[in-house]
Amino acid sequence: MREKATVLNESDMDRIVKRIAHEIIERNKGSNNLIFLGIQKKGIPLAERIRDHIENLEKTKIDFGKLDISFYRDDIDKKIKTDFNITDIPFEIKDKDIILVDDVLFTGRTIRAALDAIMDFGRPKSIQLVVLIDRGHRELPIRADYVGKNLPTSLNEYVEVMFKEIEGEDKVSICWI
Amino acid sequence: MSLKNILDIEELNKTHVLKIIESTGYFKEVLGRDLKKVPALRGKTIINIFYEPSTRTRTSFELAAKRLSADVINFSPSSSSMKKGETELDTIKTILEMKADLAVVRHKDSGFVKYISEHITIPVINAGDGRHAHPTQALLDLFTIYCHFKRMEKIKIAIVGDILNSRVARSDISLFKKMDLEVFTVSPSMLLPEDMSYFDTKNFECIDEIIGQCDVIYMLRMQFERQNKKFYPSVREYNRFFTLDFKRFNNMKEGAILMHPGPVNRGIEIDGRVLDMEDRNLAKIKIGEQVGNGVAVRMALLHYLLSQK
Repeated sequence: MREKATVLNESDMDRIVKRIAHEIIERNKGSNNLIFLGIQKKGIPLAERIRDHIENLEKTKIDFGKLDISFYRDDIDKKIKTDFNITDIPFEIKDKDIILVDDVLFTGRTIRAALDAIMDFGRPKSIQLVVLIDRGHRELPIRADYVGKNLPTSLNEYVEVMFKEIEGEDKVSICWI
Repeated sequence: MSLKNILDIEELNKTHVLKIIESTGYFKEVLGRDLKKVPALRGKTIINIFYEPSTRTRTSFELAAKRLSADVINFSPSSSSMKKGETELDTIKTILEMKADLAVVRHKDSGFVKYISEHITIPVINAGDGRHAHPTQALLDLFTIYCHFKRMEKIKIAIVGDILNSRVARSDISLFKKMDLEVFTVSPSMLLPEDMSYFDTKNFECIDEIIGQCDVIYMLRMQFERQNKKFYPSVREYNRFFTLDFKRFNNMKEGAILMHPGPVNRGIEIDGRVLDMEDRNLAKIKIGEQVGNGVAVRMALLHYLLSQK
């Protein structure tokens, strides 16, 4: 994979986290009923950052869970290698407003699987989707409520998102496959 | 990396085993949820073919498949056309014409499951064949040990009892040695295979010689159905040297665990009163936990075989 261009750097990502945190508080009129779910793996650090920022702004504690969607994929016959991760939702989600967080929104299939997974844990009041990058090419009628950056791409490109917590630096770049 | 069948521990390498043990943890999490079911194998059909009686293994495979949303057919020969004289292979081929995706097979003859796997195209899991192998039991045993100690290397384990007739012992010993556990056997010489060089383990003729040093005491079931002659003089004699009674239970090393593949012959392998203490000694007696882990391991194996290239 060859890098074509850097799309977001560390300070861009920081500004996006802060802006989305404010948008979430505004739309939900506070943070009372919110819980955060990050989709494994790259949704986790982004969700944590936004959650931490809201906790600071609102002086409150917000429950945080991790969701792995491997068991809900619709492509087992495509024989794609599966790396399992832990699902950890140690609280009730019934009647909560869930902020679901992932790094890149592409075909929409991951989000479809995540919605199915969440419903198995209970019936939330609402689910709102946060993504850092919306790269288009949707195959399902799914959209994000909060978008870091809309990034029109072609299908032979790949969006690489890096987080300090995982790769050691904060960067989003667009690469040739 | 690719594995088509799970027939025997020998065909697994360390990477396979570690991958299976790691993914089992994720499947176990599903079993702890309120809604204990995920759609991972929706639309797949799994067929259980058990020529030999079984409660826990068959139920365990059935539950594992259902927790993953697969459809399950249970086939038992006693109620089938085999009574009309159809051969085993013809029966299986007939069933497979109904488009199953994976077969789980148990048979009283060693090697039968491998024979079946060579004649059909879908993946086959060995759920026990004669005295030969019971790989899913060995994997769930290893997972249980790993969950308790959070490591495998250098764990000292004594496998006690009917080694000769036990497919569990054979699969356990080869898996544990492969994963660098320290394995000992405790058995009267009559219940050992004539040639132990294949296992290369040290044998003790009384459990007291080793009970205080082992991290795991693994009691095997006395395989009465496979013992075509009398292997030891009397139950009392066996009790004296091998049975895990109260005194021996208390002599186990600090932090050690007790395991048994089930079903237990009370008063032969383990004193019934020790078994009845399991609810108060969950950190030490792992027999119930083994059963629960069996479902998780089998979920991991079904998913593994049906999802790879």
